[in-house]
Amino acid sequence: MKKYLLAVQFDESAPSPSEGEKQEQMARTAKVTAEMQSAGSWVFVGGLLPSHATTVVRSGNGTTTMTDGPFAETKEQLGGFWVIRCEDLDQALSWAEKCALACGAPIEVRPFVDAQWG
Amino acid sequence: MDLDSVYRAEYGRCVATLTRLLGDIGLAEEAVQDAFAVAVQKWDETPPSPGAWIVTTARNRAIDRLRRESTREARHAQALLLHQPDEPEVVGPVRDDQLRMIFTCCHPALSPLAQTALTLRLLGGLEVAQIARAYLVPEATVSQRIVRAKKKIRDAGIPYRVPEAAELPDRLTSVLTVLYLVFNEGYTSTSGELLRTDLCLEAVRLARALAELMPDEPEVIGLLALLLLVEARRPARVGPSGELVVLAEQDRSLWNRELIAEGHELVRRCLRRAQPGPYQLQAAINAVHTDGPATDWAQVLALYDQLLRHSPTPVVALNRAVAVAEVHGPAPALAAVDELDLPGYHLLPATRADLLTRLGRTADAVAAYDEAIALVTNDTERTFLQTRRARLTPGP
Repeated sequence: MKKYLLAVQFDESAPSPSEGEKQEQMARTAKVTAEMQSAGSWVFVGGLLPSHATTVVRSGNGTTTMTDGPFAETKEQLGGFWVIRCEDLDQALSWAEKCALACGAPIEVRPFVDAQWG
Repeated sequence: MDLDSVYRAEYGRCVATLTRLLGDIGLAEEAVQDAFAVAVQKWDETPPSPGAWIVTTARNRAIDRLRRESTREARHAQALLLHQPDEPEVVGPVRDDQLRMIFTCCHPALSPLAQTALTLRLLGGLEVAQIARAYLVPEATVSQRIVRAKKKIRDAGIPYRVPEAAELPDRLTSVLTVLYLVFNEGYTSTSGELLRTDLCLEAVRLARALAELMPDEPEVIGLLALLLLVEARRPARVGPSGELVVLAEQDRSLWNRELIAEGHELVRRCLRRAQPGPYQLQAAINAVHTDGPATDWAQVLALYDQLLRHSPTPVVALNRAVAVAEVHGPAPALAAVDELDLPGYHLLPATRADLLTRLGRTADAVAAYDEAIALVTNDTERTFLQTRRARLTPGP
């Protein structure tokens, strides 16, 4: 079994959806998560606050600096993620398709380092 | 049969089988290359089934190699290998191995260029240098692309199997697209000379193999028929001094009758199944072009109408307009072309130029040829357009 990260790429420059739309989106993603759980593929899920709440910490040469904001100031930011466990990339991709549909956002699928033997 | 032709014919098949046995494309390629190196030393004459010999030898070499290595992966692979039956089956599973390999190479998680390069290398047995020559890119670029793609297959866990029924239509589309693009690149190269025969022949060979492996998929048969019917006209496509000869002006006696007969038979097979798709429709259009002494344009137009419903793309609409001109005259065809938006595609202004010429709008036609000449990347096509343009402007 391999582990994959399904990262939701949110466009932060897009107008924020209405309260009703947000609720519907949450319900849709919760449904996909429940499906993953009953299929035995689910490992973890989390939604993230927008990048205004982000801080980057850099350490080296005996000092630590902190900067406000995410690594890269781009309009696409990590909005949340799932960690799943499945047989192969095809299974991961078919979960990603459901996630993309539920979130209305692109999903980056990335295998974990220990995927091969974990 | 000499070793070179054995290599060409068997390399892809052997790598596909070894990939199933070893679970890794890179290891499989090494093992097969080892086996061919042994063959160079040992073969006085070609054994009765050279492929089986190579597979058995490659498998034994791989076990030896893995025994010498002591990593966890090597032990894992060795365990897998030792559980395989002694003599690899030759017929059924081997065919499946090739199918698995086609679907793995054309996996949509790989970039289109990587899909093409991998397919030509692993299924076609083409050398990196040949692929690089065909696509006019440096060898290093091709090998880097292949290495990266193989790494992604391994690391991302792209499965080595034929997709399940539910995913098959989508996945098959990407396989057919790769074969179609390989053929097209051979038939009208992006730059330089018009034809790259290597690529045409390879695409036909792979399409044949796919049709043999999946005889019940009408679009697979459609693609093979399409490639055969276009390939059949290749000898007439270039004139004595290397110039492009358009369909209407081709010497039909140069066409390959055997390929045409085979293509027509396949199109009839598709018609009987009555599950039309884009490749089958294009094959049917090319069957009309190659039937009798001249093209029945009304039939071509009817088929383009049907194709446009299946694939409503501007390129199909542009080709349909060419048929409209033959059936209803250049004016309605021009009206159809003027509605299309295909930025950067030289055949749009080239088609306009031809229609404007027929309408006697010489100045507009010259301007359209200039536009097409500025966009075209293939030398032979450029010469063709320049010749057409020159006919419109009387010389001194």
